[in-house]
Amino acid sequence: MDTFIFIFLAVLTIGSGLGMVLNRNTVNSALFLVLNMVSIAGIYLLLQAQFLALIQILVYAGAIMVLFLFVIMLLNLDDERSLFSKVRAKYISAFFLGVVTLSLILYSLEGVADLLPEISPEMETAGTVEALGDVLYTDYLFAFEMTAILLTAAVVGALMIAQYKKSNNGASE
Amino acid sequence: MAEVTLSSFIVLGVALFMLLNSAAIAVYAERRVAAFIQNRMGPNRVGPAGLLQPIADVLKLLLKEDVTPTEGNKFIHAVAPMIPVITALMTVAVIPFGEGLYATNINASVLYLLAVASLGVYGVTLAGWASNSKYSLLGGLRAAAQMISYELPLGMAVASVVIFVGSLRVVDIAAYQETWWFFFLNPLGAIIFIIAAFAESNRTPFDLVEAEQELVGGFHTEYSSMKFGMFFLAEYMHVVINSMLMTTFFFGAYHLPFAGYWLPELSPLVKGILDVSVFTIKTGFFMFLFIWVRWTIPRFKYNQVMKLGWSRLLPLSIANFIVIAAILFFIVN
Amino acid sequence: MNYLLDLQSFLPGIIVAVAGLAAIMLEAFKKSANTSFSVTIGGIAVALLFAIQSLYGEAGTAFSGMIVYGGVGAFGSVVVLLGALFCVTISREYLRDLDLHNGEVYGMILFSTTGMLGLAVSNDLITLFISLETMSICLYVLAGLMKNEKIGAESALKYFLLGAFSTGFLLYGIALIYGATAATNLTEIAAAAQPTFLFLCGTGLLFVGLFFKVAAVPFHMWTPDVYQGTPTTITAFMATAAKSATFVAFVLVLTRMLPSSEIGDWQSVLQVVAILTMIVGNLIALAQDNVKRMLAYSSIAHAGYLMVGLAAGNEAGYAGVLYYLFAYTIMNAGAFGVIAYYERNHGLDFTEIDSYAGLGFKVPVMGVMLSVFLFSLAGIPPMVGFIGKYYVFAAAVQAGLIPLAIIGVLASAASVYYYLRVMVYLYFKEAHKEYSLKTPGFLFKWTLILLAVLTVYYGVEPVLPTSSLMELISSYYTV
Repeated sequence: MDTFIFIFLAVLTIGSGLGMVLNRNTVNSALFLVLNMVSIAGIYLLLQAQFLALIQILVYAGAIMVLFLFVIMLLNLDDERSLFSKVRAKYISAFFLGVVTLSLILYSLEGVADLLPEISPEMETAGTVEALGDVLYTDYLFAFEMTAILLTAAVVGALMIAQYKKSNNGASE
Repeated sequence: MAEVTLSSFIVLGVALFMLLNSAAIAVYAERRVAAFIQNRMGPNRVGPAGLLQPIADVLKLLLKEDVTPTEGNKFIHAVAPMIPVITALMTVAVIPFGEGLYATNINASVLYLLAVASLGVYGVTLAGWASNSKYSLLGGLRAAAQMISYELPLGMAVASVVIFVGSLRVVDIAAYQETWWFFFLNPLGAIIFIIAAFAESNRTPFDLVEAEQELVGGFHTEYSSMKFGMFFLAEYMHVVINSMLMTTFFFGAYHLPFAGYWLPELSPLVKGILDVSVFTIKTGFFMFLFIWVRWTIPRFKYNQVMKLGWSRLLPLSIANFIVIAAILFFIVN
Repeated sequence: MNYLLDLQSFLPGIIVAVAGLAAIMLEAFKKSANTSFSVTIGGIAVALLFAIQSLYGEAGTAFSGMIVYGGVGAFGSVVVLLGALFCVTISREYLRDLDLHNGEVYGMILFSTTGMLGLAVSNDLITLFISLETMSICLYVLAGLMKNEKIGAESALKYFLLGAFSTGFLLYGIALIYGATAATNLTEIAAAAQPTFLFLCGTGLLFVGLFFKVAAVPFHMWTPDVYQGTPTTITAFMATAAKSATFVAFVLVLTRMLPSSEIGDWQSVLQVVAILTMIVGNLIALAQDNVKRMLAYSSIAHAGYLMVGLAAGNEAGYAGVLYYLFAYTIMNAGAFGVIAYYERNHGLDFTEIDSYAGLGFKVPVMGVMLSVFLFSLAGIPPMVGFIGKYYVFAAAVQAGLIPLAIIGVLASAASVYYYLRVMVYLYFKEAHKEYSLKTPGFLFKWTLILLAVLTVYYGVEPVLPTSSLMELISSYYTV
């Protein structure tokens, strides 16, 4: 069963990734990306990395992609009509049916069923918040702090690029 | 991961049944309370004291014509109403209704709650976009911006509770409040949480998403029949869910006030009944609060909503978090 | 574990990061770019002192093996901080003339420097990746400082898109290496590595990511456009500090993660890349009419010479690379500084070589210094550039890579043409029209003079191989 779920999620991940890249409609692309994030979260869950899975959904699917959608929808206000391309219900249902069928075929192929290695029982404890917090603030403290700098720099940088300044003679406004 | 047992299924089944019904009750209650506040009668014709009114409402919705905008995106238009309902239903999986009465006790279930809640906004946003109407689109955009803005203070308020308990399990948070509710330990956090929860469920004074005077119907302008019914249902389900969350995080979950000091040991059955009743009464009170606020407080302007979220609540919630962390670290330890 | 000791081992980085936060806060609340500037200079200078001190200290690992301190890392930190310091000191006047002088710029430079310092001491692929990203993201922003100009926007966008793509390669490589060895620590990887397909793929992708950052052929396409569209003093920062940091990380990866040739023949890969980089960089530089683009291609060529040292794969080679980075930082920062001086008088178009006609006699000290830096870049004897090249090529000969050394020498002989061409314009062409040049400010002028003096001093100081600096570096590899 685990193998089947994995294959299903893997196909869904790749399929939605392709869908996202190949789709000409930006909103549909963004939605495919959401689907992609959610299926990756599913794969994390299969690996017993619960914290990672939840954060994946919370941060990427829940926050970042909503902002993406917000911006896309805001920018395309004028040519709404052209937004609706040929993507219709039947294509999307066909996509999902295709995913199910493909994963069924892959699963039923002999050899695939036992392809996945056993998930080590230690993962059950390693994927929890407590375990993660433990290593994050001891072994990986350096990377953690450097990430803090990275994020600060990224926020400041994004504002620098987005900001519109008329002139700044010596002092900025 | 926690084992799935028979009791999980039973609790989950009962909880879902109660949630679906409570949404209907909330609709009825809203109309009765509104009538009371406005000094009129409210629905009192269908059934005794109008109690069967929700059933009549749903019947009416089912019989209406389902209109889909021709220029809209039909698939997303159809899918969008399901999303908030699904996310609302997913939430109850981790809420403890009594000591040991929960469907599942996953690690990091607080994050699960936040993650599921954050997905709910897709329903409103996509509904707004797929309708191909400017009112709907504006409603959807407002929903997206508002959700993101208030998710942060909400998350920080929850985090300020989590550092007391040292666990991300909702069950542990509930159990921790046996003697002292978090409302007493962390009042600022509680207030921030309540405000943010109002904003997250798009209720007055934060119902910019469907402000009638500006946006006709907001994101559901182009919805009719049961698709509209789904949104309607989801709104009240979110009211119920948010009431449950307020109860669980800040108002002692299933505990009576300071129960640890005076409540004697009870047999499991009596304790169970007591817990569930206490939880239900508290949830009921917060549902009443939601309705009460809606009929007494006017709506904010959009810029006020954004300002309140970003430049008031967010710094306040972060400051609250840091102060509590410092107190816990330096004084309590 | 003792965290204070760990913190102490990354003290320069911490100081720089705190200075960066201070610079941004000062900009936000005091709106005083000059205060930010002073904080920046002060922060980097103090960090530099601590870094120099740790040069002579002992070496080891800290933060649970995430970083190294002392030794190679310390030397890398010194070079990075030197590059940052010189670029900041020459930045103020230049940025003022471009109307870009504000505290955020310094904040970004400092954050970027923090990333570089992390990169130069990384002993773990996670540290390497995060530091590289910290450095790059700040550089993307800095590349787009002139966002209202077409070339500025082009440069930022190009750098960002290609950079993000190359980061993808790097990260995927790290993931594959982790899959193959179940470790991210460089030494643990070395212990667990088998030359499996997975491991080779991973290392290859890791190399691609690093090749991109050091602008080695065939991953060099972004360099000229980005260098041209970035404010010149920031270009100097990119070309010196960023490149040095990445090369030091490269040295760490090669010496600590791939110490034996049993896990893949990476030296031959480096040889091929070195040859390509030297030839392509120098050949294209011959045809450039824009001085900034010319220096961009020359920096590609210099990456090629540095690759020779890496390809040699012996102690002399790595030591040579480190010395070369030091030399390159000094002379390249100087060269960009003088170009910035000419440019800020007459705007961005003033980097065409035509406009340099007759400028040499205008402000003689600037003309002379540009000549010194260009001579040094070309590798002409009494300058530090020559010594650097000597060490690198000697190491290649020592490793038996004589053809590689010959190609290197020929390529650098060809490079003399385009460096001298600038000087020909400076001194032997008639000016098209009269230009007036501002007198350079005190700090600007004396920074450049210091750089020129250093260029000459380290060129003549030693009887070659026993230069005290080189002895210090070699000592890291002989212990």
